[in-house]
Amino acid sequence: MNRYPWWKYAMLVIALLIGLLYTVPNLFGEAPAVQVSSGKATIKVEQAMVERVSQALTKAGVKPDFVQFDGKSVKARFQDTDTQLLAKDALSKALNPDPADPSYIVALNLLSRSPAWMASVRALPMYLGLDLRGGVHFLMQVDMKSALTKKAEALTGDIRTMLRDKNIRHAGITRDGNTVEVRFREAATLASARNVLADQLPDLVWTEQPDGGDIKLIGNLKPEAARAVQDQALKQNITTLHNRVNELGVSEPVIQQQGADRVVVQLPGVQDTAKAKDIIGRTATLEIRMVNETAEAKDAERGGGPVPFGSERYVERNGQPIIVFRQVILTGENLNDAQPGFDSQTQEPSVNLTLDAKGARIFKDVTRENVGKRMAILLFEKGKGEVVTAPVIRSEIGGGRVQISGRMTTTEANDTSLLLRAGSLAAPMEIIEEKTIGPSLGADNIAKGFASVTYGFAAIATFMCAYYLLFGVFSTVALAFNLLLLVAVLSMLQLTLTLPGIAAIALTLGMAIDANVLINERVREELRGGASPQVAIQAGYERAWGTILDSNVTTLIAGLALLAFGSGPVRGFAIVHCLGILTSMFSAVVFSRGLVNLWYGRQKRLKSVSIGQVWRPDGGTTAPTTEP
Amino acid sequence: MEFFRIRKDIPFMRYALILNVISFLTFAAAVYFLATRSLHLSIEFTGGTVLEVSYEKPADINRTRGVVESLNLGEVQVQNFGSSHDVLIRLPVRPNMTGSVAAATVFGALCKAESGTVGTKQYVTPQGESVSRPSCAVAAGSEPVKLMRTEFVGPSVGSELARDGAMALGMTVLGIMLYLAFRFEWKFAVAGIIANLHDVVIILGFFAFFQWEFSLAVLAAILAVLGYSVNESVVIFDRIREAFRKYRKLTTPQVIDHAITSTTSRTIITHGSTQMMVLSMLMFGGATLHYFAVALTIGILFGIYSSIFVAAGIAMWLGVKREDLVKSGPAKESDPNDPNAGAVV
Repeated sequence: MNRYPWWKYAMLVIALLIGLLYTVPNLFGEAPAVQVSSGKATIKVEQAMVERVSQALTKAGVKPDFVQFDGKSVKARFQDTDTQLLAKDALSKALNPDPADPSYIVALNLLSRSPAWMASVRALPMYLGLDLRGGVHFLMQVDMKSALTKKAEALTGDIRTMLRDKNIRHAGITRDGNTVEVRFREAATLASARNVLADQLPDLVWTEQPDGGDIKLIGNLKPEAARAVQDQALKQNITTLHNRVNELGVSEPVIQQQGADRVVVQLPGVQDTAKAKDIIGRTATLEIRMVNETAEAKDAERGGGPVPFGSERYVERNGQPIIVFRQVILTGENLNDAQPGFDSQTQEPSVNLTLDAKGARIFKDVTRENVGKRMAILLFEKGKGEVVTAPVIRSEIGGGRVQISGRMTTTEANDTSLLLRAGSLAAPMEIIEEKTIGPSLGADNIAKGFASVTYGFAAIATFMCAYYLLFGVFSTVALAFNLLLLVAVLSMLQLTLTLPGIAAIALTLGMAIDANVLINERVREELRGGASPQVAIQAGYERAWGTILDSNVTTLIAGLALLAFGSGPVRGFAIVHCLGILTSMFSAVVFSRGLVNLWYGRQKRLKSVSIGQVWRPDGGTTAPTTEP
Repeated sequence: MEFFRIRKDIPFMRYALILNVISFLTFAAAVYFLATRSLHLSIEFTGGTVLEVSYEKPADINRTRGVVESLNLGEVQVQNFGSSHDVLIRLPVRPNMTGSVAAATVFGALCKAESGTVGTKQYVTPQGESVSRPSCAVAAGSEPVKLMRTEFVGPSVGSELARDGAMALGMTVLGIMLYLAFRFEWKFAVAGIIANLHDVVIILGFFAFFQWEFSLAVLAAILAVLGYSVNESVVIFDRIREAFRKYRKLTTPQVIDHAITSTTSRTIITHGSTQMMVLSMLMFGGATLHYFAVALTIGILFGIYSSIFVAAGIAMWLGVKREDLVKSGPAKESDPNDPNAGAVV
């Protein structure tokens, strides 16, 4: 009766193996590594970089464990810190011919020491939170109001152009907060304007309101459009932050959205808050200037002569030099948006820019006077400029909608628009929470958390084995299995482990033993009632199950409430706690039963089980117990 | 081994009245302390700046306090944290001054008091991670005072956290009540939740009385222990229901006594095991986990007490009857499909 079918044992063995596979990477520790990432917004690190890094290392006579590309950067792992430092120097020299203007960031880093095949099945160590490894944490609030105002401002410009194009006479367009007001003298013009606007600007809802002798048409952003604007602003800010943080060469920066209008930035290993803040808070600027196409300039481009007066020499993204006038036509402030798209006639990939009202006016004048000439869009970072793109002006462009197309692939269009947007933040941000944790404190926290779990586990194990003998051993093994599973699940999901998370592991183990106590007590009770050992085991497990379920449901309710409303450290605690409850049900009931079945299940004439002394109130005779 | 050799049912309910009075008084005292002293909330809730610094030599708290107070940053708190070398400094939210500026100012002043200069220290850890951090260097080359950690929380975040915390508590209480009402009936749900709220208030009372720091971690501990000790009430209620079915001649208090007596062994052993783990955290977990473990300890101890005396007691005062639980008469006794038949210990 106490036998599992073979598939149940197989399932347990598979669970055990998977648990081991995903837990083991946590034990390997970390090895020194060097990370190569892009140092400029205009440079992208790609798969080909792996080859370059390997070659540079071979040339310098440094042998890496491996070189890998992880989507944004290339990492090479080394045996020891000396090799790591050698490699860093070699790579810096090979990749950045001009140290004053580095194209790539070569930073020291840590990588898991686990074998490559484990990494390939995503068996990676848990990601340690800042409180365990030290670093900086910022919580930033995005000023959504200003994002909406910016949008309304842009729409005001659009409306003005639209009405002019359709020859509809209005008596003034103003922006009031996030609403746009258009005045009309006559109801007839209003009606036709309303048709045009409703048709072309689906993001706005229009209402009419009499105002003195005039009639006002008031446009409000639709809630879903406002939400889209806010989403867009947040995404753009996150992208910009990513670009800037890359420059710090931080191993695994976390830049995440939190709630509707907040961004979390975590930089492990960085202790210099001031520098981090400086970099995060810096703005790259965008400028539009005309290209100097005189004969002298052409000469200078080829390197045949001096750069003409009033011009500057810049480099295009493909490395070609270009001479640009010093005079700035427009800056990034006038650029509302840049999106990749397709030319409506040629179906070529294009980049679509939207300028604000002021920008559109200037742009119209400039393009009218310069048809056939080239203009350059420059991105300035850290005081150094680079030409993102230098298109030829084909015709006068009015209305603030600019399309750059021709000789571009879709990826290029995407990259260019990203760069143009990356110039600035969509909306200003404010730091509302800031934490720095020293590296020694982090190591200390790990040691303390680890000690708590170890000693607590040892105490429970000792007690269980002494009190319940062999059943206690089974319970202890099941508890260890629970710990294994929990760590494996946490590693598998790549959750961030924090100190409250370790506390949750300890607490969950302390609570999980409850299930085994329930079972063991129940089995004793059955024996006390005179049941035969096999029946007692069967009944004990079955009857304890209801209570175990109850106890876990109530704990889970609290855990889920914490998960739903908690933030930061509480969330870390709640996730581990909830997962721990689930793994404990499996290990305490299914796994420990498996052990018991394996041990006692085959013995047909089982006389006694080793579960410690079973005391009977009647007469005080002790029930049969034996050593295993 | 068998610790619990109980021959007769212990007449717990005989003492119910007296203990409930004591409970009520403790509860009233907790409320009183909460009202008069109020909780010592951590900066996670109130907003503000915290610095943890570590001195090379055992720290002279009064001197540190003097240095920090001379900066006129408002109501500052300076206290030992963990060991005698570590000092925790708490600054209130200041308008016109961001947290990091305040932290830098204080660290600068502390460093100056040790006649050092603030600079940036850059080095590579033995594992090969490059670190750059502000440091306080003296001519001799050592660091008399180290900045371990700074934390700045804006006031808006704090009030949000407080609100979310209250929401989490509310949802937990509601969820557990619904579960108990569904699993048993309303009298037990009310009794169970009163018993456990009584625990929560008493834990809070302890924190108010001793002015221990109430942080997010403590809140998490309270909620975790709430879910955990409700389970204790569930086990006892389960037994009460079973005893009502089995022993038809016993009076309600006798039934309750029997139920509690028969679960004593399990109660003590499981809570003892959990407490061992918590004690281990209390002893080895360091200052960060200290109050977390303290809250759990109080929660576990009062959880046992309140499940036995408060929950069962209130159920008795509410007038739990056999008919409330055993509705369809003796026919149901041997119903093999009863989902709750096995849920007893």
